[in-house]
Amino acid sequence: MTSAALNHNPDSQNDSTGYNFAYLDEQTKRMIRRCLLKAVAVPGYQVPFGGREMPLPYGWGTGGMQVTATIIGQDDVLKVIDQGADDTTNAVSIRRFFARTAGVATTESTREASVIQTRHRIPETPLSHGQILVYQVPIPDPLRFIEPRETETRKMHALQEYGVMHVKLYEDIARFGHIATTYAYPVKVNGHYVMDPSPIPKFDNPKMHGNPALQLFGAGREKRIYAIPPFTRVESLDFEDHPFEIQGWDQACEFCGSDHSFLDEVVTDDEGGRIFICSDTDYCNQRFETGARQEAV
Amino acid sequence: MTNAAMAMTEEGLAEPLLKVNDLRKLYAPGKGVDGVDFELWPGEVLGIVGESGSGKTTLLQCLSGMLTPDSGQIEYTGKQGDKLDIYKITESQRRLLLRTDWGIVHQHPRDGLRMGVSAGANIGERLMAIGERHYGTLRSTGEAWLREVEIDTARIDDLPRTFSGGMQQRLQIARNLVTQPRLVFMDEPTGGLDVSVQARLLDMLRNLVVDLGLSVVLVTHDLAVARLLSHQLMVMRGGKVVEQGLTDQILDDPQHPYSQLLVSSVLTP
Repeated sequence: MTSAALNHNPDSQNDSTGYNFAYLDEQTKRMIRRCLLKAVAVPGYQVPFGGREMPLPYGWGTGGMQVTATIIGQDDVLKVIDQGADDTTNAVSIRRFFARTAGVATTESTREASVIQTRHRIPETPLSHGQILVYQVPIPDPLRFIEPRETETRKMHALQEYGVMHVKLYEDIARFGHIATTYAYPVKVNGHYVMDPSPIPKFDNPKMHGNPALQLFGAGREKRIYAIPPFTRVESLDFEDHPFEIQGWDQACEFCGSDHSFLDEVVTDDEGGRIFICSDTDYCNQRFETGARQEAV
Repeated sequence: MTNAAMAMTEEGLAEPLLKVNDLRKLYAPGKGVDGVDFELWPGEVLGIVGESGSGKTTLLQCLSGMLTPDSGQIEYTGKQGDKLDIYKITESQRRLLLRTDWGIVHQHPRDGLRMGVSAGANIGERLMAIGERHYGTLRSTGEAWLREVEIDTARIDDLPRTFSGGMQQRLQIARNLVTQPRLVFMDEPTGGLDVSVQARLLDMLRNLVVDLGLSVVLVTHDLAVARLLSHQLMVMRGGKVVEQGLTDQILDDPQHPYSQLLVSSVLTP
């Protein structure tokens, strides 16, 4: 983790690639670490940082990668997931990127990982104290949809003028009869800042509350970092008569039989055939291997 | 002190709601507001008339906390009788005041409404901003206010852009009045509306002002609107107040040459 990163000799280069350890130069890492400290000190507050060019386009995880590159040390074990899966293009590429530029060990197991970079999911396996979850964020400001001026949204955050967030939820109920926002569901962190949890499904919102792991959010294009320290209060916004609810499925996972994880619908043929499978591949594999299904039967 | 003010004093409301002292905001000599004093009492409607560029809108912006004046004080008496100097209190207090105790009706409804969300959400926004978290309550309040401003309640989920100009203006008024403000600033509320719609809007406004006991600062260039709504009138020219007094008095017997010119310029069909 960071202790290892700080002990790392800044002058040593990775011999095989010619890059500095974990791609970013040490000055940049120091700058980002300062921002991270500020972000952790003020939970949910968006800290601007000097985002660097990364060797992949904005929108592919540049923010998350800069945070990961900054906090990762030689002893860390990295896991990267994209929509819960370890084996999709984005996850494979980013994992390989750090394996090459930092030479760190990588894993697909949530338990073994010390740093997990994620896009759109929080792993089903509960995280433990000492782990760090790094989110890739496209649009960090939850107020942006209703107030395009940055100067104004900063003021609204500072003065906690969050009435407009409920305007959005009101519109949902007025139009669809229920709160139809299913991802990037706004949360209030530590009783002050309203935060966009990045496009995770609202299914994962309760996992952010009081999580023992440190959660860091990096937005590369918008150049913002924010954080939820371990064991922080995180509440999803709602109405008294329309309380926050997470999604549920009538089906269970086709592979592991899980009836309590986030399921993806997969179309299997052109005759209406479809199955539901866990979006978290590591969790699904674990359950499959331990024969959860046989026990259940 | 005016008769209206005297009456208020007798009822025990011995404090003016708004006290403006030597307010100055100049963009250039003669451009802006150049030393304005007045007092606004609870339940009173103050009309500000004058030609374009006379400083009416600048004055309104200074009063409503949107434009910091160069000098002068604006003192507002809060609900608990506390004296608030509008530009000395914190920005957070000022913005809270703007969302709760005050209302601002813009000339163009587009400036005052959220065009991207439904009429109901527009009315509910201020309530949600001060902590209302019950959808059913928001909904029924929205419907009640639509009825109050004579908009069909079936249109509660429609976007304001599908409304006519007059309806948009009425929606804007409802959106402002929902938190039961004590002071409302209006900048040409009937500008850009045709005469029959204007008449209905004015009629509605007059009723609301009386029913809710609102204090209003009304900027207009239409003397007929001023005569209909306001108790007190201020005539402005070149940033200065040239004449100030009871509306009927000024319109029937203008003393200052400019007021005389203004009154004699009104077209009568």
